[in-house]
Amino acid sequence: MKNLIVAASCALALIAGGAQAQEPSLRIAFDVPYEPFEYKDENGELTGFEVELAEAMCEEINANCEFVIQAWDGMIPGLLARKFDLIMSSMSITPERAERVLFSEPYYNTPGGWFGPESFNTDVTDMGAMKDKTVGVQRGTTMDTYVTENMGGIVTIKRYTTADDMVLDLEGQRLDVVFVDYPVGEQTILPKEGFKEVAEPVKLGKGVGVAMRKRDTDLAGEINAALRTLKEDGTYDTLMQKYFAYDIKM
Amino acid sequence: MPDFIAEWLNQNEIFTAMTIMEYWDGLVTTVHLVFLSLVIGLLVAVPLAILRTVRNPFVSGPVWLYTYLFRGTPLLIQLYIIYYGLAQIEGIQETFWWEIFREPFYPALLAFTLNTAAYTTEIIRGAMVSTPNGEIEAAKAYGMNWLMRMRRIVLPSAARRAVQAYSNEVIFMLHASAIASVVTIVDLTGAARNIYSRFYAPFDAFIFVALCYMMLTFILVFAFRRLENHLLRHQRPVSG
Repeated sequence: MKNLIVAASCALALIAGGAQAQEPSLRIAFDVPYEPFEYKDENGELTGFEVELAEAMCEEINANCEFVIQAWDGMIPGLLARKFDLIMSSMSITPERAERVLFSEPYYNTPGGWFGPESFNTDVTDMGAMKDKTVGVQRGTTMDTYVTENMGGIVTIKRYTTADDMVLDLEGQRLDVVFVDYPVGEQTILPKEGFKEVAEPVKLGKGVGVAMRKRDTDLAGEINAALRTLKEDGTYDTLMQKYFAYDIKM
Repeated sequence: MPDFIAEWLNQNEIFTAMTIMEYWDGLVTTVHLVFLSLVIGLLVAVPLAILRTVRNPFVSGPVWLYTYLFRGTPLLIQLYIIYYGLAQIEGIQETFWWEIFREPFYPALLAFTLNTAAYTTEIIRGAMVSTPNGEIEAAKAYGMNWLMRMRRIVLPSAARRAVQAYSNEVIFMLHASAIASVVTIVDLTGAARNIYSRFYAPFDAFIFVALCYMMLTFILVFAFRRLENHLLRHQRPVSG
């Protein structure tokens, strides 16, 4: 009996030792669908600009990565609760978020785009003309902050959890115009008949960074180094050209 | 004590006068929505419950189907179907209906009303069929016709038996109204979600809103206890 316990302890120690020797493992969270950054292709495989960038980054830091799907609302709580270790889901760097999480250097920045029906001819910067229009935004995004701060009280703001719901309401004529991350609008609204871009895109915020827990400063160093390498060795540019017709590099 | 509250209000970033106002507006919307759907739901449920007890299956059948459908599917799905489904009907945007259904308030009111009416119908029906036979026979012996029996005997005694179950339905409806926020209504939950997404402080935003719901529930429980005491006072033991 004693021998058995010794043998079992040895086996356990071996397993534990083996696990330690393995590559560090990282769980990375995405909110899908958010085309073309992260979405599921026809085969149900997770893909997109950020997913491929995450794969390249993991290779660069020799990490064993696992991808996790997480709804946007629960992103930061999930990170803090250790359900995953990194967020690479187009999270713009804001002071409020930086209170809770640690951001890497920004790895891209896309403008916010105004999209609406063909019949929409109002100048969105003219507050008099925009009065009582209904504007759709995704809750908690930099576009939400921009509209709330600049047009709050003038327009009616409708906040949505997902871009899909917002586009449905734009099609159903419940919204006059939406202000959404440019690539998302380009992919989901412009292909539909009867919709167009109604104003110039607006540059917002400090760009998008990888979010992690505040204590993971060593990891942040590794990730920043990896992102820098990818931006310099052409991997980033190849990926960007695959998904975008314009420059989002930062 | 007020000093302590003032100090606490000054120290935290989240509960400023502005966010308190957002919660207040949310509270008004929640109460407005729940109150209207409950009142309309109850007004609809009483005649439906009577029809549901009629022996003729062509009369009671459709009511049975309606309560079966609305009790058999989640309220969230009903809300999605009414809110997004209505907007997909070809040409509805050109009719006067769109004036009503463009705003999220009325689709939500419709979904909540139909849902609570279905449950209330079954609650009232259950109370009606459990009317003691003796009471009905006595009423018949007095020569009361069907209408008079309903009005004087069946409905008043059913109301007494239904009130406890109905108070549960009212509280469930209050809590179920939290899903109104998924169709862009800024009710209490919607306000909490907006504030949470601005400050990333889930505990503060949601615990505060939970306390608001609890306060509303307390008021409802208190009101229903008063009502029960009033309706069921004949059942109390004679005080000594």
